Amino acid sequence: MTATKVYVPRETSAVSVGADEVAVAIAREAKQSGTSIELIRNGSWGATWLEPLVEVEVDGARIAYGNVSEEDVPAMFAAGLLEGGEHKRRLGPIMEVGYLIRQDRWTCWRCGLIDPLSLQDFRLHQGFNALEKAFAEGPDAVLDSVTESGLRGRGGAGFPTGIKWRTVAETDADQKYIACNADEGDSGTFSDRMLMEGDPLGLIESMAIAGYAVGASKGYIYLRSEYPLTYAILTRALETARDSGWLGDNIQGSGFDFDIELHLGAGSYVCGEETAMLESLEGKKGIVRYKPPLPAHEGLFGKPTVVNNVITLASVPNIVNLGGERYAGMGVNRSKGTLAFQLAGNIKRGGLVEKSFGVTLRELIDDWGGGTASGRPVKAVQVGGPLGAYIPAAQLDTPLDYEAFVDIGAMIGHGGIVVFDDTADMAQQARFAMEFCAIESCGKCTPCRIGSTRGVEVIDRMIAGEKREENYDLLVELCDTMEDASLCAMGGMTPYPVRSVLKHFAEDFASSGGDR
Amino acid sequence: MTAHSIDKATTSDIVGQFGARPELLVQVLQTIVSRYGWVSETTIRQLATELNLSRADVHGVVNYYHDFRTEPPGRHIVKICQAEACQAMGSRALTDHARESLGASLHETSDDVTLEPVYCLGNCACAPAVMVNGKTYGRVDQDRFDALIGSMKEAASDGN
Ligand SMILES: Cc1cc2nc3c(=O)[nH]c(=O)nc-3n(C[C@H](O)[C@H](O)[C@H](O)COP(=O)(O)O)c2cc1C
Ligand code: SF4
Ligand code: FES
Repeated sequence: MTATKVYVPRETSAVSVGADEVAVAIAREAKQSGTSIELIRNGSWGATWLEPLVEVEVDGARIAYGNVSEEDVPAMFAAGLLEGGEHKRRLGPIMEVGYLIRQDRWTCWRCGLIDPLSLQDFRLHQGFNALEKAFAEGPDAVLDSVTESGLRGRGGAGFPTGIKWRTVAETDADQKYIACNADEGDSGTFSDRMLMEGDPLGLIESMAIAGYAVGASKGYIYLRSEYPLTYAILTRALETARDSGWLGDNIQGSGFDFDIELHLGAGSYVCGEETAMLESLEGKKGIVRYKPPLPAHEGLFGKPTVVNNVITLASVPNIVNLGGERYAGMGVNRSKGTLAFQLAGNIKRGGLVEKSFGVTLRELIDDWGGGTASGRPVKAVQVGGPLGAYIPAAQLDTPLDYEAFVDIGAMIGHGGIVVFDDTADMAQQARFAMEFCAIESCGKCTPCRIGSTRGVEVIDRMIAGEKREENYDLLVELCDTMEDASLCAMGGMTPYPVRSVLKHFAEDFASSGGDR
Repeated sequence: MTAHSIDKATTSDIVGQFGARPELLVQVLQTIVSRYGWVSETTIRQLATELNLSRADVHGVVNYYHDFRTEPPGRHIVKICQAEACQAMGSRALTDHARESLGASLHETSDDVTLEPVYCLGNCACAPAVMVNGKTYGRVDQDRFDALIGSMKEAASDGN
């Protein structure tokens, strides 16, 4: 008899709520009952609210059990877990879980499905097919597909990836680089992490494709230090790729050399800004560079460099496999394809939802998210991280479309959606936006460095009820200066959340609970 | 995690593991701080010499990044996420609770426990999130926080 396959995620969120303990308990119960199981530590499917989510393979179908705790395991075994037996935690076949089947999984489709550290499993699920296809068709074909796909950067700025790659490809240099931005600093975002933990070989393949397309032989992954488990998983995956000849010299006899170095950040938010990241990769302070030169012309160590977000890169293999046209056929207007949205904060069913652009905030929050965790009404939603506006409940029908968001003074950024219920004190949120900027500013521009500290003081005075109108005007002026005279979006966009609070939640300044 | 200062030979070893490449300064420091908790003035000097950098350069980098402590932390490091998704789920109240129960404010140490802020652990769908000695925990209400601190201290006394 072959061993029954049991899947328990080894992914930060699942582990943070007990997945390791569940895995240990399952192994122990199996041993005690004398049954042989194959315990697979997969990534997460992204239904984070159901974690720890355990699956058992029965007659080729994977039967899911949600919110499993260590204490549940003996009873689950008694109920016939290994045969997919009935139990209060049983959800049914994973492929029928509503949260997952209504998605458009283009980029994160292997997350949860495969054993992230098994080369064999990866290969069984199309792994490295796109790289092989790239080798067969040549760099130009890759560049054409990526351009045709309409893919835009998922790190925040939404710059067309095809143009960026073409620029680097056409710049002559003895050395070029691929720098993968895995700094993922925005609150409410974790799609990069889930992809790296659930499909690390997929990211490696993506970077190799990028390197092949532009003529770069070396890649870097800049990973934030807050992700220690991700670091461990990526390290193993890189070793696996090297040992099997998918990284290194003359990859699979193609004549193409490519290797990847994994670097850790050190707790600086602004190091997610691409030029600050390059400085940090060079071992220096993460201070933002003036542009031009663009990194595509003079990037890492002065060489032409593609800087792309994890999700941007990971969208490419399927673009190569299935064609750019297919990708461009999804989404709306100039927002082509899919985005791995992340539902977070005060939400009943938080997790990752990969959907085509055009879905509305309300659909994501209600149909997937199930409303707030507290059961109270939604008051505000911050989309796009700490530099993103707070969107009032009245605007929840806005479709997720880069331009539609710009029209309401907001941004999609990396696709993090953070929900607040009606108990939220929005004056405190405005204050935090300024405070965060003061903490994280790289210090190069005065409006960002000093203006943010002033901003905190002014907001404190408003909350305290001191000369509220005068301070209101002062705050608006500060926001203007920061927007006009900051080098990067840290200082330049911190005013967005602040202004959104002034616009939609001004009454909270009068009723705020005061300094915290 | 120990708050012992790193010795000279170990520092050299770590520099050696990174091929003494000056552009890997951030990586060298990260390795030292994640193992030893902090970086001392002596180590900064040694790094400058061995990596062929000016002492001002190394100082600049150490002071720039939040991760690099220049004072020894307590034996345990507890980080509470202060970012928006966790705020939406009560991280401010949780932080107040931690302050009271640990007797330390953010960036302070009490009874060998250092309390620090962190801005997102990528666990925003399981907010509030906390990191204890390098491990991330989710859905941390006050009771769970107390339990985590309890088992952290228990594990420490077992370990010795
Ligand atoms: C303050 C600041 C922080 C940023 N943080 C990140 C980040 O954590 N991850 C990321 O991919 N991009 C981040 N960006 C955007 C990058 O500068 C850059 O646009 C992106 O990495 C380019 O890749 P893409 O085109 O694939 O999005 C940040 C930008 C700013 C101004
Ligand atoms: S806006 Fe702020 S973070 Fe950006 S370069 Fe200027 S000082 Fe640095
Ligand atoms: S905001 Fe707290 S973990 Fe992301």
